[in-house]
Amino acid sequence: MSWLARNWPHILDLVRQHLELAGVPLLAGLLLSVPLGWLANRSVAARGLLLSVSGVLYTIPSLALLVVLPAVIGTKILNPVNVMVALTVYTIALLVRSVTDALGSVPTHVVSAADAMGFRPLRRFLTVELPLAVPVVVAGLRVAAVSNISLVSVGALIGVGGLGELFTDGFQLQFLTPIVVGIVGSVLLALLADAVLLVAGRALTPWERGARRAG
Amino acid sequence: MIEFRAATKRFDDGTVAVNELTLTVEPGGITMFVGPSGCGKTTSLRMVNRMVEPTSGTVLVGGRDVRESPRAVLRRGIGYVIQQTGLFPHRTVLDNIATVPLLSGWPRRRARGRAAELLDLVGLPAELGRRYPAQLSGGQQQRVGVARALAADPPVLLMDEPFSAVDPVVRADLQDELLRLQQELDKTILFVTHDIDEAIKLGDRVAVFRTGGVLAQYDEPAALLGRPADDFVASFVGRDRGYRALGFLPAKGVPVGEVATVRLGGSVAAARDALRDGWAVVVDEARRPVGWVSASRLSGVDGEAAVSDELVESGGSLYEVDSPGGRAGSLRGALDAALSSPSARGVAVDADGAVVGSVTAHDVLRALADARQAGEVPS
Ligand SMILES: Nc1ncnc2c1ncn2[C@@H]1O[C@H](COP(=O)(O)OP(=O)(O)OP(=O)(O)O)[C@@H](O)[C@H]1O
Ligand SMILES: [Mg+2]
Repeated sequence: MSWLARNWPHILDLVRQHLELAGVPLLAGLLLSVPLGWLANRSVAARGLLLSVSGVLYTIPSLALLVVLPAVIGTKILNPVNVMVALTVYTIALLVRSVTDALGSVPTHVVSAADAMGFRPLRRFLTVELPLAVPVVVAGLRVAAVSNISLVSVGALIGVGGLGELFTDGFQLQFLTPIVVGIVGSVLLALLADAVLLVAGRALTPWERGARRAG
Repeated sequence: MIEFRAATKRFDDGTVAVNELTLTVEPGGITMFVGPSGCGKTTSLRMVNRMVEPTSGTVLVGGRDVRESPRAVLRRGIGYVIQQTGLFPHRTVLDNIATVPLLSGWPRRRARGRAAELLDLVGLPAELGRRYPAQLSGGQQQRVGVARALAADPPVLLMDEPFSAVDPVVRADLQDELLRLQQELDKTILFVTHDIDEAIKLGDRVAVFRTGGVLAQYDEPAALLGRPADDFVASFVGRDRGYRALGFLPAKGVPVGEVATVRLGGSVAAARDALRDGWAVVVDEARRPVGWVSASRLSGVDGEAAVSDELVESGGSLYEVDSPGGRAGSLRGALDAALSSPSARGVAVDADGAVVGSVTAHDVLRALADARQAGEVPS
């Protein structure tokens, strides 16, 4: 416990770093997945390609990706950007499917009613299809958030890993406390992120609440 | 108002959904497209707002080729109602109705105000405006769909089986409501259905399609029933068409005979004296019919007793006679009143619903024969 008290500012710093390393890729991944999901929903060819590529991307071992990335994008090995880019890739791999499914689940009669009323395609996408896709996208985001938070720790092996650095420290010092704090800390972060997204998703979809009450 | 000129739609897989359709829809009035499943009704309808582009031929709205206007602009001037409603689940009822005004750039307040007016017009209480579509019944959702289509006051309304998914009682309500709205608004309505009864009830004109997207007959409902163009139309129009055609003939020549009436609550003895051929109509204070009493029902009842509900047999349908301000009944109404009455005399009422006399089936048939002889009925 005294270790915890002594290292508290350092731990908070790691938490902040951990959240940044997981959160920025989550956001970037979401922003990139939306247009990709839109594309996948428009053409069968694009759909097949995007879904198989994203399936393959997700199977690349994270450590391998972290080691190879600097060479691919020309960064230094210790640059946090490596972790962020790697996690963005994983986020996209997960979310492209979610966004595609979410957009595909919007009832066709609703979309075609929007056309019949004179929506232009972009406005229809932003104000009808995207809002209706929120519940399924949020479900995907929750998986991606938890996955990112656990993957950040792997970055510790290349020196940038948020709470994961507590594992490497603990191993080096043959000292259990930091390891436990690291594990508990990342689990708590994952649970917290999941809860925040759940609540945010509900807040964004008041009509679902209405339907639940009526049904 | 709407003109199809040799419009043909052949889909990529070779299906010919609509084949050389040539047809003019006059402004004002309801035109029904009816026919078996897959005969191209929906495809024809969707050519009007360019949801489907014809492979050849043209479609004109208001004298202009629909291809001259950009899709989005054209569609904002054409209301569209479908069976599944297509309401936006994520928008409140009021915002759903305000959709087209908002798309057309109205300020938010004005669009909302207009939406509230429409909610009222289609007979829904203002509180429902704040709900989401999933919190409404099927019939209410369909009304919202109609309100949404009317919001920007388009001259043309396209309706694709809008009432098929609701139960028969609600459907009849919605149909009556549409007729009332149409009297008020006088739109040009193109209405698709596969239900010939709905087509005949709502339509000023009815277009019957046969499989393969070919127009079989385009006529007024009475003519469709009276003179089907061929066997296909005759069988599609269905059984009892002769009887149903009577619905379009005013019961002008039917003599209204006398009928005995007794007051509900009057004495049984007085009722016995009043009976004619063993029957009398029981009426309330306003002379509105409540039902019938018969000699057999009254036999053995104490003469001092009052004519109570238990002694009254329920009556049949009523026949409204021609009167100033009233809706004159049809031959079908008169005949049905006679056939459905326990006394074999149909009760005739005036516009206020008060009993004025009775009609018999025999009189109705004679009036029909006379009308036929005078050439008033197509035979
Ligand atoms: N997008 C499409 N691609 C290929 N064929 C189509 C397409 N849309 C409709 N069809 C075909 O065109 C024909 C007419 O279809 P349409 O939807 O107009 O029929 P309908 O009269 O509205 O039938 P229903 O009463 O069942 O709604 C059908 O044979 C249908 O299978
Ligand atoms: Mg159809």
